Amino acid sequence: MIISEQWLREWVNPSLDTSALAHQITMAGLEVDAVEPVAGAFNGVVVAEIVGAEQHPDADKLRVCQVNTGSETVQIVCGAPNARVGLKAPLATVGAVLPGDFKIKKAKLRGVESFGMLCAEQELELSDASDGLMELPADAPVGSDLREYLQLNDSTIEIGLTPNRADCLSIAGIAREVGVLNDLAVTAPAFEPVASAHDEVREVSLDAPARCPRYVGRVLRGVDATRPSPLWLQEKLRRCGLRSIDPVVDVTNYVLLEMGQPMHAFDNDKLSGGIVAREAQSGESLELLDGQTIELRTDSLVIADQNGPVALAGIMGGQPTAVSASTTNLFLEAAFFSPIELAGQARSYGLHTDSSHRFERGVDIAGQRAAIERATRLLVDIVGGEAGPMIEVENADHLPSWSDVEVRAERIRRLLGFDMPADEVERILSKLGLGVTAIDGGWRCSVPSWRFDIAIEADLIEELARIHGYDNLPVTHIQGALVMPSQPEGRLNIRTLRRQLAANGYQEAITFSFVDPKLQQLFDPELEPIALANPISADLAVMRTSLIPGLVAAVAHNTKRQQPRVRLFETGQHFLPGFKPSDTPDKMLAMAITGPRTQESWTGSAQPVDFFDLKGDLQSLMALTGRAQDFRFEAARRTGLHPGQCARIYCLDRAVGYIGALHPDEQRKMGLSAPVYVAEVNLSLISNTRVPEFVELSKFPEVRRDLAIVIDKAITSHDILENVRASAGPYLTSLRLFDVYEGKGIDPKQKSLALGLTFRDQSRTLSDEDVNQAVDQVIDSLEKNYKAGLRN
Amino acid sequence: MENLETLATEAKAAIAAAEEGKVLEQLRVDYLGKKGQLTALLKGLGQLSPEERPAAGAQINVVKQELTGLINERKQALESAAVEQKLAAETIDVSLPGRAMTPGGLHPITRTIERMEDFFAAIGFEVVEGPEIEDDHHNFTALNIPEHHPARAMHDTFYIDEKTVLRTHTSPVQVRVMESEKPPLRVICPGRVYRCDSDLTHSPMFHQVEGLLIDEHSSFGDLKGLIEDFLRVFFEREDLAVRFRPSFFPFTEPSAEVDIQCVNCGGDGCRVCSQTGWLEILGCGMVNPKVFEMCGIDPEKYSGFAFGMGVERLAMLRYGINDLRLNFDNDLRFLEQFI
Ligand SMILES: [Zn+2]
Repeated sequence: MIISEQWLREWVNPSLDTSALAHQITMAGLEVDAVEPVAGAFNGVVVAEIVGAEQHPDADKLRVCQVNTGSETVQIVCGAPNARVGLKAPLATVGAVLPGDFKIKKAKLRGVESFGMLCAEQELELSDASDGLMELPADAPVGSDLREYLQLNDSTIEIGLTPNRADCLSIAGIAREVGVLNDLAVTAPAFEPVASAHDEVREVSLDAPARCPRYVGRVLRGVDATRPSPLWLQEKLRRCGLRSIDPVVDVTNYVLLEMGQPMHAFDNDKLSGGIVAREAQSGESLELLDGQTIELRTDSLVIADQNGPVALAGIMGGQPTAVSASTTNLFLEAAFFSPIELAGQARSYGLHTDSSHRFERGVDIAGQRAAIERATRLLVDIVGGEAGPMIEVENADHLPSWSDVEVRAERIRRLLGFDMPADEVERILSKLGLGVTAIDGGWRCSVPSWRFDIAIEADLIEELARIHGYDNLPVTHIQGALVMPSQPEGRLNIRTLRRQLAANGYQEAITFSFVDPKLQQLFDPELEPIALANPISADLAVMRTSLIPGLVAAVAHNTKRQQPRVRLFETGQHFLPGFKPSDTPDKMLAMAITGPRTQESWTGSAQPVDFFDLKGDLQSLMALTGRAQDFRFEAARRTGLHPGQCARIYCLDRAVGYIGALHPDEQRKMGLSAPVYVAEVNLSLISNTRVPEFVELSKFPEVRRDLAIVIDKAITSHDILENVRASAGPYLTSLRLFDVYEGKGIDPKQKSLALGLTFRDQSRTLSDEDVNQAVDQVIDSLEKNYKAGLRN
Repeated sequence: MENLETLATEAKAAIAAAEEGKVLEQLRVDYLGKKGQLTALLKGLGQLSPEERPAAGAQINVVKQELTGLINERKQALESAAVEQKLAAETIDVSLPGRAMTPGGLHPITRTIERMEDFFAAIGFEVVEGPEIEDDHHNFTALNIPEHHPARAMHDTFYIDEKTVLRTHTSPVQVRVMESEKPPLRVICPGRVYRCDSDLTHSPMFHQVEGLLIDEHSSFGDLKGLIEDFLRVFFEREDLAVRFRPSFFPFTEPSAEVDIQCVNCGGDGCRVCSQTGWLEILGCGMVNPKVFEMCGIDPEKYSGFAFGMGVERLAMLRYGINDLRLNFDNDLRFLEQFI
């Protein structure tokens, strides 16, 4: 809502300067977004009249004007197309200063002297209009100072209202607030209501009373719609952000701004029969004032005459019945449309008007008659004519009515933290228009017809706090029992994981939870992702089923910017098809690496990363659970990943994630020049940790034996190690795989593994015999199960 | 005994000239060994008279001890020179960078959320998370935002279907807590939230931390105290000016918007604060009794307050980040600044 400060001060005029007033309004909950002067800083500009205009002898586009300044006639050279004899326009006299500290001096234009400058609105920063001189009304007093004449020492105050404060969508409403805040009386402009001079009426019926429970109308006959809107009216509208259209529309807009009641004026001669507020019928359409024709839905409320809809109720009038310059008879409308019933209607037609904005939030239930009275007075004064009787139809059963609300002194103290004096409570509430009655322990309040946001005790307490001033409320500290919360040691904290990853050189990334469906398809083509009904763009249209696509895109973002070495991780939710809000969401961890293993360094050239760099980093996270042995990696295939370098990860028997190299095709599609390795695990499934259990330290020495075996290439090291553990007997305490060899000296279909076995017993020193026996068992088992031979 | 003197002089010269341990060893053998020259002199004492013998023997022994000492000294000197030479050869350029792995780091948003969690955890708040795909009930209805309420339009909601949305705030997590746990409650809910809006100052995904406290005596004064403390601790400014303005949120009544003195210009007015000297930083208020009722909490017995803030805004102010979108570009040159 944009208002003119001067207009507000006509209603209530506190002794505060503009910025103090803006601050006060802001601190009362009507947030001031901007304060701007209504005109630029200028002086020395007067109302002048062009009394002579001739073509400049040496310039096609210039005119030499004789201009009456009130005290003399001066010569002005002017290029404006509308410079004509008889026009009254602003004149910056010699010595005047215009916005931008532009000083007006005597000048020669193409050899002709000019003693000042005739001004366009833009040159005075009154508006953006620069297509000609500002045209002042014919009755503008020549010689008067323009600032005084137009009352330009005014500011516009733009207020960002919260949706609950529809009562402040008018000068009257904001004046009421300012009155309470400054404990001042508020004065509405006095005017004499227009008595009816004829008895023409139009029958009005309310066919949808729940949606339109009151309708007030009036016929005005014999108006002259060709008359211009008076300057004061145009200026007030302009300062509140509305353009002057014609005197009739200007008056309805004026009433809307002043009282908050939207109105509509029909050309009475274009209406036929009675007016009915009803739901639209199937197949009806309406050409609106903005020129578009809409097909009406049957859930929409319309104002109709006997021929059909003439207005989309509370939103916009129809073009065929609109007022024009030739209109001589008017039918004025001021109605109450129920906010709940109107909600969403304007938006459903792609519309948003000053009218719908107010009706959706709630206009004063009792304000319709007063609005018609006010508009009638203004219209008769401006365009003449005679008014008929007031037509008022209502269905009281459907008019909102509010129960009284009680507020307890004890509750005020508890919620606000102090005892507000009773007279302060009563002053604030009654000034806001509530009827206040003291009752035992508190007050009973009746809610005024313009407040749609007061229904419970807390609403009244908010009003008290608001007017008293939030900054004046006490500041205290929370109190409560200090109860120690449980902190399970057997759960891995996500912070520990993040720190470990950071220590291993990973940067945390945050990518969008919605991704490009094409990218999603590259990795999870078998999953139908959850799609947004209203995505912000086609490349952010589906919810990610995996964190990998977003992370790989982030890798590509960096490699394309001369960052060849990238290590990223991200944690967050993924969204699998069928997810319901009642499910516990999965928290995922994804990692991606590419480029050299280490930063470029004097210690030696860095090798490119491979599968085992990423696997090692992942295993260092698994080690944090204290149960690294519960995890295993099994060769697997997955869309988007290299078929020979991909593993599914299991924790005991549960699949918890996967790891692999990006498939060379995907790598190329994403514009990545070096291989990228990715992994994703479900954190919810790997976060159980082992609480340590002490084992006695052995006093006896350990014995180590190394074995080099030769096996078929296809056999996995995992299987061999498992077999050794199972067959080595009870003394094996540690098993290491310390070499893997393929190549010279070995059958090309085979590979050699070197194993280090360590044996120890808790109660005695092992004999050679004990150890030999264990090693023999291992060799036998490997031979039997995997045809393993000893290497030389 | 002239022989002895000559011998001693010769020997001393030879010891002093020795440059290697094995030369010294040879000298020891030559002079002091069983067949050495001094040993021969001692053996020759028998040819002297009994009166002369003691004095001559003593003279020879003195020379013997002297030579032994000189050989040992020389040997030690050679050894320590050798050690020094070896150490000198092993000298390195200690200013060369170490071999350690370059560390990574956390995203500034995570870093900020963790700080906030720590501040609130220290005074008994529990961290709770919830689903990012929410039902209409938890995201709106239970928060006193019925269908067609104008406040819904303020939210620019992403819809999955008519009844399912991407949560527009983390308040639904608070609803879930209120539905499942009994007061007193102190929780904070960090996480991703979504609004269908994207420009220089809006991201369709961003982060919030919302908090909720419910007990039998909490007041608006407690809320003011807590928020002021938090903001001063967060920005590490004891004297940070904080102001509370009335505002509107359907789930709180009274509601407040909180501004802080601009941390960029100190309140003088600058680009960051649009010349106002103030920065809008969070929204809060006393929990609306209607919300309590919908979540099964007795509004007569309990009162409480809730607050919510945008993490990006706080992180950007704290670290001076000037472009919201940098948070989601994941450019290493940006991320590495937060190690
Ligand atoms: Zn600033």
